[in-house]
Amino acid sequence: MASATTAKTTAARLGLRAIAIFYVGIMLLFPVGLLFWRTFEHGIQPVWDQLTTPSAAHAFRVTVIVAFWAVLGNTIFGLVTAILLVRHEFPGKRVLNALVDLPFAVAPVVVGLSLILVYGPHTSVGSWFADHGIDVIFALPGMVIATMFVSLPFVVRELVPVLEEIGDDQEQAAWTLGASRRQTFLRVTLPSIRWALAYGVVLTLARSLGEYGAILVVSGNVIDHTQTAPLYVGAQYANFNPQGAYAVAFALAAIAIVAIIILNVLRPKERT
Amino acid sequence: MSATDLQLTETHPPAPTGRRVRSPRLGIRAGLGLGFATMYLSIVVLIPLAALSSKAFDNGVSGFWDAVSSPEAWAALKLTVLAGLGVSVVNAVFGTLIAWVLVRDRFPGKSLMEAVIDLPFALPTIVAGLILLSLYGVQSPIGINLAFKVSGVVMALLFVTLPFVVRTVEPVLWELDQEMEEAAVSLGASRLTTFRRVVFPNLLPAIASGTALSFARAISEFGSTVLISGNLPFKTQVSAVFIYGQIESDRPEIAAAVSVVLLVLSLVVLLALDGLQRWGRRRG
Amino acid sequence: MGIAVRNVTKRFGDFVALDDVSVEIPSGDLTALLGPSGGGKTTLLRIMAGLEQPDEGVVEINGVDATKLPPQSRNVGFVFQHYAAFKHMTVAKNVAFGLSIRKRPRAQIKSRVTELLELVHLEHFADRYPNQLSGGQRQRMALARALAVEPEVLLLDEPFGALDAQVRKELRTWLRRLHDEVHVTTAFVTHDQEEAMDVADTIVVIAKGHIEQIGTPSDLYDRPTSDFVMNFLGPVTQLAGAPVRPHDLEIVLEPGEDAVAGTVARVVKLGFEVRVDVDTADGETWVQLTRADADRLALSAGAPVGVRAVRAPTTEVPADATVEPVLDAFGG
Repeated sequence: MASATTAKTTAARLGLRAIAIFYVGIMLLFPVGLLFWRTFEHGIQPVWDQLTTPSAAHAFRVTVIVAFWAVLGNTIFGLVTAILLVRHEFPGKRVLNALVDLPFAVAPVVVGLSLILVYGPHTSVGSWFADHGIDVIFALPGMVIATMFVSLPFVVRELVPVLEEIGDDQEQAAWTLGASRRQTFLRVTLPSIRWALAYGVVLTLARSLGEYGAILVVSGNVIDHTQTAPLYVGAQYANFNPQGAYAVAFALAAIAIVAIIILNVLRPKERT
Repeated sequence: MSATDLQLTETHPPAPTGRRVRSPRLGIRAGLGLGFATMYLSIVVLIPLAALSSKAFDNGVSGFWDAVSSPEAWAALKLTVLAGLGVSVVNAVFGTLIAWVLVRDRFPGKSLMEAVIDLPFALPTIVAGLILLSLYGVQSPIGINLAFKVSGVVMALLFVTLPFVVRTVEPVLWELDQEMEEAAVSLGASRLTTFRRVVFPNLLPAIASGTALSFARAISEFGSTVLISGNLPFKTQVSAVFIYGQIESDRPEIAAAVSVVLLVLSLVVLLALDGLQRWGRRRG
Repeated sequence: MGIAVRNVTKRFGDFVALDDVSVEIPSGDLTALLGPSGGGKTTLLRIMAGLEQPDEGVVEINGVDATKLPPQSRNVGFVFQHYAAFKHMTVAKNVAFGLSIRKRPRAQIKSRVTELLELVHLEHFADRYPNQLSGGQRQRMALARALAVEPEVLLLDEPFGALDAQVRKELRTWLRRLHDEVHVTTAFVTHDQEEAMDVADTIVVIAKGHIEQIGTPSDLYDRPTSDFVMNFLGPVTQLAGAPVRPHDLEIVLEPGEDAVAGTVARVVKLGFEVRVDVDTADGETWVQLTRADADRLALSAGAPVGVRAVRAPTTEVPADATVEPVLDAFGG
């Protein structure tokens, strides 16, 4: 009796395992593998050439600058909001909590559209900025805001459960030992959440580097100007330069893979 | 022991639950923090969304309705929602299965699989689109041509939404007390029955939550479908692409109207499932 | 002197945790705040430390009004039930924390940390992390950390509550010895009356937000002023309707005028003590006997016996009795 059920269990277990491996392999691994193959079909040199064209280099530069500001803004916002949500009480707390998740419900192109409607050159806000020499839409500031929008929740969502789990005992202990709030934050709170914070920052960064739809709408997609690397991929493909598209796509995929490796290293530390 | 000993704890009211109750007054620093957070949210999220909602009704409710019910918009919405639903159901099943294998099984290469699952989260959608085009498009190495077909759209959506259910179910499975299953088995339940009656009910909130996220993402998807679908109106054009087209054609009211529909759909689904998750947490 | 609270009231919403409570922790003493869960003793401790603010009333430290002072400025050491160890710092860095906040010179910090680690016998664990220590070791580290800055008052919130029974017993003896060595005014919260009686000079019994009684362990045990205190601090049974301690009763085989007649219901041997349940006309009584006495009597179920008090039974508290005035306990 026992061996029959064990055999059934083993068969079921192997079956599930096979289905899982097959599904993930077909849906994820195979396509990504194909990307690598297609990119290097004609060798490494053509890829390198494509990656180092001035337009491609410019696109990478713009991507990094936009991502940097978005990550910085969302990290500060994330820290402040997470601490507010976990350690304080105030009217509207549940509303704030829900609003943080709102970006998950908004399609990227809709993000772009909403920003144009507020900060575009024909709006009151947009023209006020324009009068002071700042272009928001079709320029970097708008792109930064769009990227902030789409990657807003990650740091908050990573920090909240960790802050809740740690509890404020350590912080209270620090107070009784004479530490001011600032000292407590810097020497006790921040170090105790550092892995969760790092995890959230990497997620935010990966999202910010890869954003397409929102940036497409908000930036005007002007090559050598506001075109980011993901936009470059789309544009090159549309302009019958698949090699250029694949090369930059490969570079972006490589960055994504590095991000995932870092996340997987951080994940167990974040869990403890 | 006399009866009076036993009564001791009962006569005293239970202490307020573990967490200390904090005063509802914010200190200066926290107040400033809240001000900053509110301002940030307003500038980045709230004001733009308000402008969007306002624009959608630029021509009143009838204008909104006309925009949304135009044949092209309607076809796009139908495709988007149906594809989103279909993809989400598939994810609910396969996502749970994959999460199960990742948590309960052990085999060489499992950590690779664990890591790979995150790929659609981190990969730019246009890169995903390019990959899928090369795999399922005209020049497909495996001879499958899904270009300009709905199935191409579906494959793209399956790719980008794969991780959602897996990632919401995994932590719940980790936390699940296996003693419950052992108790069921010792009472005579088969493995299947145990899964159906003991494990699955506990996973349901997480599955629902992941499915909701998957749906919200699927109906918003743009970059990955844009290349393979060819964006044929009435055939393979999803709402996000339709909206983009309206923006480019300088018809922001129509774009805003359809956007609001997508937004409301996402919110309803996410709220419904947040409610479900909270109900699940209260039970378990 | 020491630390005192006067007329302190604290509410959490509708729940009144402390109701007009006044207590003095005498300087240099080791005092236990004893009571059932939810009775207010932890709230009182936290108010003393400045981790909670009272709704009414005053906290005085060494005669100075400290009610508005934040915990940073009170120089009150606090030890938490779940240690509150700084998980990302080594043991040495944990203990050094208060000193480094006060910007003491590095050499001074190092020597003080070494001194304290030796005091709590953790000198070989200086470079370990808290998660590499047992619960008892973590709590000793927490104590060393609190003592490092030479607080005027040391407060401990159920310090041994999270530990195994054996470790708990060892550590409470160790705490008593530490106090005898270091002499810091100390108050600790516990719901374990055995722990309070073993360790404390003075016990303050708190329940339902009120002080029930204050006194030495034997004061409370032998002369309780209320049924609650009597029940809380030790075993209680009844004889002829009056509450009495089971070990203050004896069993005689010849019922006399001073012995209540009854029948043995059960005889239970519990190690060195024997418990005899006796049915009497007024209800069930139990008597605690030594093994020698029990053997001598050779009791069995159903045997007719008499039960009488060895000492005068504690009389029922008269309906209009008031709890001992707080300050009288210290002759003040």
